[in-house]
Amino acid sequence: MTISPGRPPQAAPSSNGVPDAASGAAVQNLLPSDTPVQLIDANGTASVHPSYLLPAGDALLDAYAQLVTGRRINDQANALVRQGRMAVYPSSHGQEACQVAAAAVLRDQDWLFPTYRDSVAVMSRGVDPLQVLTLLRGDWHSGYDPYEHRVAPQATPLATQLLHAVGVAHAAKLKGEDTVVLALCGDGATSEGDFHEALNFAAVFHLPVVFFIQNNQYAISVPLRNQSVAPSLAHKAVGYGMPGERVDGNDVAALLAVLGAAVERAREGGGPALVEAHTYRMQPHTNADDATRYRTAEEVQDWVPRDPLARTRTYLRGLGLLDDARETELAADAEAVAAAMRDGLNADVVPDPQELFEHVYTRRTPQLAEQARLLRSELDRG
Amino acid sequence: MAATSTQARPAGVPAPETDGGPLTFAKALNAALADEMAADPAVVVFGEDVGPLGGVFRITDGLTARFGTDRCFDTPLAESGIMGMAVGMAMNGLRPVVEMQFDAFAYPAFEQVVSHAAKMSNRTRGKVKLPLVIRIPYAGGIGGVEHHCDSSESYYAHTPGLTVVAPATVADAYSLLRAAVRLNDPVVFLEPKKLYWAKETVDLPALRRAADDAVRTGTEAAGGIGTAAVARSGTDATLIAYGPSVSTALAAAAAAEAEGRSLEVIDLRSIVPYDDASVDASVRRTGRAVVIAEAPGFASVASEIAARVQERCFHSLAAPVLRVTGFDVPYPAPKLEHWFLPGVDRILEAVDELQWDEGDAGDEGAVETETRAEAGGPR
Ligand SMILES: Cc1ncc(C[n+]2csc(CCOP(=O)(O)OP(=O)(O)O)c2C)c(N)n1
Repeated sequence: MTISPGRPPQAAPSSNGVPDAASGAAVQNLLPSDTPVQLIDANGTASVHPSYLLPAGDALLDAYAQLVTGRRINDQANALVRQGRMAVYPSSHGQEACQVAAAAVLRDQDWLFPTYRDSVAVMSRGVDPLQVLTLLRGDWHSGYDPYEHRVAPQATPLATQLLHAVGVAHAAKLKGEDTVVLALCGDGATSEGDFHEALNFAAVFHLPVVFFIQNNQYAISVPLRNQSVAPSLAHKAVGYGMPGERVDGNDVAALLAVLGAAVERAREGGGPALVEAHTYRMQPHTNADDATRYRTAEEVQDWVPRDPLARTRTYLRGLGLLDDARETELAADAEAVAAAMRDGLNADVVPDPQELFEHVYTRRTPQLAEQARLLRSELDRG
Repeated sequence: MAATSTQARPAGVPAPETDGGPLTFAKALNAALADEMAADPAVVVFGEDVGPLGGVFRITDGLTARFGTDRCFDTPLAESGIMGMAVGMAMNGLRPVVEMQFDAFAYPAFEQVVSHAAKMSNRTRGKVKLPLVIRIPYAGGIGGVEHHCDSSESYYAHTPGLTVVAPATVADAYSLLRAAVRLNDPVVFLEPKKLYWAKETVDLPALRRAADDAVRTGTEAAGGIGTAAVARSGTDATLIAYGPSVSTALAAAAAAEAEGRSLEVIDLRSIVPYDDASVDASVRRTGRAVVIAEAPGFASVASEIAARVQERCFHSLAAPVLRVTGFDVPYPAPKLEHWFLPGVDRILEAVDELQWDEGDAGDEGAVETETRAEAGGPR
């Protein structure tokens, strides 16, 4: 199956909004393509795909700039953990193409539902890196206003946010808003009940949600083969009556094309879709993880030549859109983002203890008021 | 709001109850939902079988016919899905009211309730408010099979961020539900199943006017959330109850009166927020207290109330605060449930143990308390 631009909804919605997908042909239409969609290979060579157009050079240059910044953010965040400025950082090093594409395919009115690993996607959507990192440096669970950039708080419990994404989309549909919701999760999260409930709800209510799985091959230490024996994670879509597609998760061009098509299809009333990106987590799960216990150095090395930045760079240089001077500029821009992040994180933030009692209820209960007084008197005593 | 009475209603759709006279608890809840939906187009109702069937207890009867399938609809059978979707809908400007079909069937949604609904406002520093109501037909006394009779209030009451409401009267069923829908926080709304068919004569038009006024003036919490009610005045001891136990406490108080003892009954109405002030005032006056709840007593709401009263009213107390609760066992099969449920006799026995013999209360009371502790378990 392909989620190609302009493709009409698979079937006319029936009276309850559910497409009739019973026929064999309809099932074929829902299945992912035989191999992950790729538009630019690991050597930086572009190829023609029967269903997806290669994005224009400008769009790819923008994406490349984001990739460079994303990589720099990952490196900087790791360094800040080593310096004790953040408790932990789940790096998306190696997955930056997925992160960048997830933000790039959305319009202002759309929503992004990220996980703990998707900090770069959240920043690519325009959220200030410092506000993103409050989750991990420990002064507040979510440091940004979700409505400002239409980015939900980064979810820590797995797959739960997929249902919130469905709810936002359902409300948007009832209110007649032009909103598409892109919801992110990992391969491990696809085993959770909420993943299945979310897909089913989105399909039954025919909602504009794109579920985007970053299959980075491991859920902490558990490899994909212990997680699922489905032909691919994208194949799960057919069971819910929505199209599934798989894409090379280290090819930002393919990601922009496939995710872009799924988002536009949803926007046009085509309903939900599932996209699985094949990628790899180059670093441990978090800084607290020992990845040598469950995977070999050779396996990691195998993925190095497939790096999402390298192939985009080669392709853009071939086109003449990128040269040494432009690269220096991009590196300097990324460095500026990293420096601001570093300075912000190096400033000590002392949260107000009284904030403990804020935002628990819209009106403080008498019990919380009493406890706030207790803490106040402890503070006053010093 | 006038919308209720002026809105055109399709033919064949029964009008919500409007005149005075006897009304069931179930109908009162139904009228509350209909009135909130009429007052605010953002209110949406969904869950399992709540559409054309009107819910297995008919609390949503007629809502789909009157408001359409966008406003009241059936979902796939998935409680976490229902709850998680409600969180997202509330994030995006709607006011979902979801029905969990029975108490124990809400547990698949527990993660969404306690980790997400309860915390969203807090984790986003108040940027995201979640006005949503989780209606749960709850507790026993109806001869139901297992998983249909749990008292789950302690799980929810233990979770900061959740408002937990349990009405005990037909009037409160109406008023508290309307207030719950208007509250800008997630509310777990516990509906005692055994009361669904209870009838009372209530002045619904008057309640409706009051609730509509609250809508108009934006007073979200009007209707009694956070304030306990004195269900019966008395002078000798205070019975503290909520939800299904209030009627049992009232029956016990009536029986005690025949024996010459005047018992006050406090109906908490909401468990969270908890009304210390009203409870304390009553206990300080009477000097004795018994807490009554159906749920197993260990680590329960009843335990919390007993501890609070003991801490806050110690110098007014003539006897330890006692608890009369369900045993610490899984909810029993129908032929055994009457042994489990705290009934009038058990309440009266507890009242008898409140050290009434002023002369030698101290010693004897202490011995008795110890014996009870050795016997173990709740009363
Ligand atoms: C409900 C739940 N169970 C367990 C965890 C602990 N945990 C955190 S990340 C993780 C692995 C997730 O793997 P995957 O979904 O593949 O995402 P990735 O970390 O690879 O991006 C686990 C088990 C959790 N966060 N939530």
